[in-house]
Amino acid sequence: MPVRSTAWLSPPGVLLAVLGVASLLAPYMTLAANRIVAGEGFKAWQVAGAEFTAPGMLAVAIGLLLGLLPRWHWLRLTGAALGLAGMAWLLSHGAPALLDGAGDYARVSPGAGFWCLLVILALLMADALTHLSPGPLARIGLLLLVLLLMAILLNSGALAQLSILQEYASRKAAFTDATWRHLGLAFGSLAMATAIGVPLGILAYRRERLRKAILPVLSFLQTIPSLAMFGIMIPLLGWFVSVFPGAKAIGIAGVGFAPAFLALVLYSLLPVAGNVVAGLQSTPASAIEAARGMGMSAGQRLLRIELPLGLPVILAGLRIALVQNIGLAVIAGLIGGGGYGAFVFQGLNQTATDLILLGALPTVALALLAAMGMDVIVELTRATPEETS
Amino acid sequence: MKLAALFRTALVLLLLALVIKPTWFTWAFAPFAPDNGAVIYERASLLSLSLSHLSLVALASTAATLVAVTLAILVTRPAGSAFLPLSRTITNMGQTFPPVAVLALAVPALGFGAGPTLVALFLYGLLPIFENAITGLSTLPPATMEAARGIGLSHRQRLLRVELPLAFPVILTGIRLSVVIALGTATIGSTVAASTLGEVIIAGLLTNNTAFVLQGGLIVGLFAVLIYDALVQLEVYLSRRLGAGSSGALASKA
Repeated sequence: MPVRSTAWLSPPGVLLAVLGVASLLAPYMTLAANRIVAGEGFKAWQVAGAEFTAPGMLAVAIGLLLGLLPRWHWLRLTGAALGLAGMAWLLSHGAPALLDGAGDYARVSPGAGFWCLLVILALLMADALTHLSPGPLARIGLLLLVLLLMAILLNSGALAQLSILQEYASRKAAFTDATWRHLGLAFGSLAMATAIGVPLGILAYRRERLRKAILPVLSFLQTIPSLAMFGIMIPLLGWFVSVFPGAKAIGIAGVGFAPAFLALVLYSLLPVAGNVVAGLQSTPASAIEAARGMGMSAGQRLLRIELPLGLPVILAGLRIALVQNIGLAVIAGLIGGGGYGAFVFQGLNQTATDLILLGALPTVALALLAAMGMDVIVELTRATPEETS
Repeated sequence: MKLAALFRTALVLLLLALVIKPTWFTWAFAPFAPDNGAVIYERASLLSLSLSHLSLVALASTAATLVAVTLAILVTRPAGSAFLPLSRTITNMGQTFPPVAVLALAVPALGFGAGPTLVALFLYGLLPIFENAITGLSTLPPATMEAARGIGLSHRQRLLRVELPLAFPVILTGIRLSVVIALGTATIGSTVAASTLGEVIIAGLLTNNTAFVLQGGLIVGLFAVLIYDALVQLEVYLSRRLGAGSSGALASKA
C-alpha cells in the first residue's frame, strides 16, 4: 500500500504541529489565590524568566518540527520525547517562579495549553510508534521505561509545587488507601468474574440452548447504566444481609465495597463468558477432528486443544473486562465503596479541580496501563501457536 | 417471537407508567423508603427529567454520529489515508479512557451543568461510531466495489449509493454502543449538575432513601434496555433488507 512515501512532510505531523503551535498560545499554567477559585492564565513564555522558558520552548518546537518528517520514525519518536521533556522543564521552573511572592495559599496548575500540548505530543509519539510497530517485548520495555521516567520525575520533587501534587501530599495516606481499594475492586471483581464466567462460557459453548439463553441476558445486564446498577445492588444486598445475618459477619453490607464489587462482577460476566464462547468456537474444526481421531475425550480436547487455541480471544475478553472495571470502579465512590472515585466526587462537591484530577488522572493512567499490558499478553499468547504451526 | 413482542410492550407500558404516573407505584416503593420519608421523588417531575436525559443523549449522539462518520469517510479516502494509523490509535487508546473520568475532566475545563456532560457524551460517543464506520467502509466486498466502478459511478456516487448503505449496519452497531454508553454517562452527569434521571438515584444515595434509588435505577435501566433492544431490532431489519450474505458477516465482525 503506497501511503505516499514520496510526500515531503508527514500529513499527521503537519496537523499536529499546527495544533501544537495553537496550543502554545493558550495558557500553559494558571496561578490561583487558593485551591477553590479560578486561576489567572500564563502563556508558556510568561511562566518564568527567559533563561528558563527558552530551552523548554525550544525543546517543544524541535519536537513538533521533527514530527513533520515523512520518514525516520525513530527520530520523530525521539523528538516527541524531547518535547515532553521540555514541557516538564517548563512546569518545574514555572511553578516556583509563579509562586514567588504569591501568598501562602496560592496554587499553580498546568493550564489548558499544557494539557493540549501533552495530548498532541503523545499522539505524535503514538503515530511514530505505529509506523515502527515494535514487537510485544519492545512495547513492554518502552512502557516500563516511561513508567520509570514518570516515577523519577514525580519523586524528584521537581513538580512538587504543582497544585495536584500538593493535594496529593496532603492526603498521601488516603491516596494509598484509595489505590489499593481501587485495584482490589477492579482486579478482585475480574478474578470473581473469571471464576464464574469461564465455566459458564464452557457450558454455554457445549449447550446451544444455554448459550442462547445466557448471552442475551448478560448483554442486557451490560446496558444497564452503571449508577443504576450500583444503586440497585444496595437494597439487594441489604435484603441479603437481613435474610442471612451471617453475611454481615464476613463484611458484606448493603453499602460500600460489597455492592460495588457485585456490580462490577455482573458487568464483567459478558466480556468474560462471551469471549470464552467465541474463543472456543474459533478452534479450527480440523484440530478438533484430529484430537478426536487420536482418541481424546471431550475433557482432554477442552484442556489440550480448545482452551489453548482460544486463549488469545479469552484473554482479550479479560482485557475488556479489566479496563471497564477500572473505569466503573470510580462509581463506587458514590456509594461509599472507596477508590479513586471518592476523590472525584468529593472534588466535584467542593468544586476543587485538583481533587477531581487526583482521582481522575490515576484512573485514566491505570486504565491505559492495563490496556497496554493486556494487549501485550494477548499478543504473546497469539504469537506462540502461529510459530509452531 | 410473539411472546417477545408481548414482553416488550409490557416493559414499554411499565416504563411509561413509572415516568408519567409515579404515584401509582407508591405501594411498591414504600417498603424501601425510610420512616416518614418521601416515597416518590417529587423535587422534579420524572417526565421532565426523562426528557432532558434523553434529549441530552440524542443531541450528543447525533452530533457524534455526524462528526464521526464524516471523519471516517475522510480517512478512508486515498487523500486521507495517511491519517488512518493515527486515527486507529486514537480510537483504541481513547476508548480505554473511562467515561466517568472523561466527564470529571470536562468539569475543570467547562464548569458545571449540562455543558460538560454534553461535551463528554459527544467526545466519548465519537469513538465507537468512528471505529465501526472505519471498519464498515474499509471492509466492503471488493467485487461490489469493482462492479460499482465498472458501471461508471463517480467517487461521490459510489460513496453515497454503495459504500455508505453497505457500511450502514456496522455503523449502526457503533451508534448503538455509543448511545448505551451515553445513557449511562448522562446518568452520572447529574453529579455535575446536569438535570438527568441520575438526580433521583443520587438524591436517594445522599438521603439513604432506597425507594428513590430503586425508582431512578429502574427507569434508567428500562430506558437503556429498551433503546438498546430497539436499535438491535433496527440493525437486524436493515441487514435483512440489504441481503443477509455480506452485511451479516460484517456486523458480526464489529
